[in-house]
Amino acid sequence: MKSFSRFNIASLIIGYAFLYIPIFTVIIFSFNESKLVTTWSRFSTKWYSSLWDNEGLLGAILASIEIATVSASVAVVLGTLAAIVMVRFGSFKGRTLFSGLVSAPLIMPDIITGLAMLMLFVATQQFIGWPAHRGMLTISLAHITLATAYVYLVVQARLQDFDPSIEEAALDLGAKPAKVFMLITLPIISPSLVSGWLLAFALSLDDLVIASFLSGPGVTTLPMLIFSSIRLGLNPEVNALASILVGIVSVVVLMAGVVIHRQQKNKNR
Amino acid sequence: MMNLDDTTPLVVPPKKPWHKLRWQERRIVTILPYTWLLIFFFVPFLLVFKISLSEPVLSVPPYQEIFKWMDGILNIHLNLNNYIRMVTDPFYAQGFMTSLIIAAITTFGCLVLGFLIAYAIVCAPRHWRFILLLMVVLPFWTSFLVRVYAWIGILSNTGFLNQLLLYLGIIDEPIQFLYNNFSVTIGIIYCYLPFMILPIYSVLDKIDPVYMEAAYDLGCRPWGAFWRITLPLSMPGILSGCALVFIPALGEFVIPEILGASDSFMMGRIIWIEFFNNRDWPVASTVAIVMLLLFVVPIMISQRRHNQRH
Repeated sequence: MKSFSRFNIASLIIGYAFLYIPIFTVIIFSFNESKLVTTWSRFSTKWYSSLWDNEGLLGAILASIEIATVSASVAVVLGTLAAIVMVRFGSFKGRTLFSGLVSAPLIMPDIITGLAMLMLFVATQQFIGWPAHRGMLTISLAHITLATAYVYLVVQARLQDFDPSIEEAALDLGAKPAKVFMLITLPIISPSLVSGWLLAFALSLDDLVIASFLSGPGVTTLPMLIFSSIRLGLNPEVNALASILVGIVSVVVLMAGVVIHRQQKNKNR
Repeated sequence: MMNLDDTTPLVVPPKKPWHKLRWQERRIVTILPYTWLLIFFFVPFLLVFKISLSEPVLSVPPYQEIFKWMDGILNIHLNLNNYIRMVTDPFYAQGFMTSLIIAAITTFGCLVLGFLIAYAIVCAPRHWRFILLLMVVLPFWTSFLVRVYAWIGILSNTGFLNQLLLYLGIIDEPIQFLYNNFSVTIGIIYCYLPFMILPIYSVLDKIDPVYMEAAYDLGCRPWGAFWRITLPLSMPGILSGCALVFIPALGEFVIPEILGASDSFMMGRIIWIEFFNNRDWPVASTVAIVMLLLFVVPIMISQRRHNQRH
């Protein structure tokens, strides 16, 4: 188990090549001068500058960021509450249904989730006239529900990890539950709230299918925009946009990784 | 000096752990996420079920209401035709079969590749592990669409794979890799691989190396030890990884749409086309319900049972 054999090294090389070669080809050919994405002519950054002239791109990016920020923030609150209920509250009526509901979005195919949520909004529109039209709000509501499941997963793992006797000691010494939560629970689980938020943000930013079901006229998110140009085949502008996205994500994830790694090292010391 | 024996009553301070909070407080905390999920994740499925039993009509919304009040009498108009169509129309049966086969192959592919990678990471020196895991997660954070798109450039007739094979003289003319079930399978394996690696890694990481040493000491060969110890002990991770890959693969829409043949219909694409192109909401709902009842719910329940046992 502990011996790191040549076989292990080989599977790592093959595995990581499989994971990374496709992404690298996209990045390399975003600097290709030719419109033919798979044939190299010479180095150029013209596809990056032509992104600036793409009307609608900026609007789509802003819409996606707004939806992702709102969804991630609400999902962190709901997911954390759900985790506290499941980990700390013991049994209560309807616990089984609750635990099913909070984890089902994780594996539900998004096409079913999108269809089901749309049916909900169609029905509410019919009966109470709300929402008047579909768009950012309906997409956000769906993303909140989906992201709550992911935040729940991250936060409940952290809650299960730490010793409840710290909380109990504070309660014994007379602190009110709300105070215990603010002064003890929240600081301890805060790293998981940050990673939950980031995960929720990334999920929302990446979702195409649910957003397509729930968006209305005039609202296009970034994935919807990318999808409509990918459908037409290869396009060097998409390569450029994709490279920017990959760059931003890599920087954020690596920074978060370094921070977590340092924290773990300090803890182990 | 105090002498503690069995009869000395220990002074235990009255405990007020979380589960002894006053019920109002508990209720406030519980009610918010619970109602949210009920409204946005439970009711919608009841509505989908209802619509699957209705008849398509040309109106907004494009289905006939099942329940109607007429002269103070509740009329219920159920239509089972959509479900009958699932069985009698070969288009849907074919779609289900294609999805099942592709999902099964991709799950197996992810399992083999994912297990190899997870196993190698566990065996790697400790200070490498963190960066190796980070590198598994990194592609998962980058845009899903970008990762699917990348494969067009690799697999197309003028793509890198064909260019490489032509250059090496292995083939004389380009092979059609793209726009068939092969490219869909590769795309799904690629996109879902991290979902397989992470759960398997987390169980492998917890296996005590003492077991392996014991097996070797008792004369077990490496392969025997693997089959008898490592594999059974990593079963929980394998099962949850398979569920995380199999179910989304079954309903996958984006990958077949971008990398697949236009005449190959997986369930996700059928739902999308019935809904957006044909505006047949009842049939789209029926496909969704059949998929839920046949695959999603049984797998979720069996996973739950399995988790409770461990």
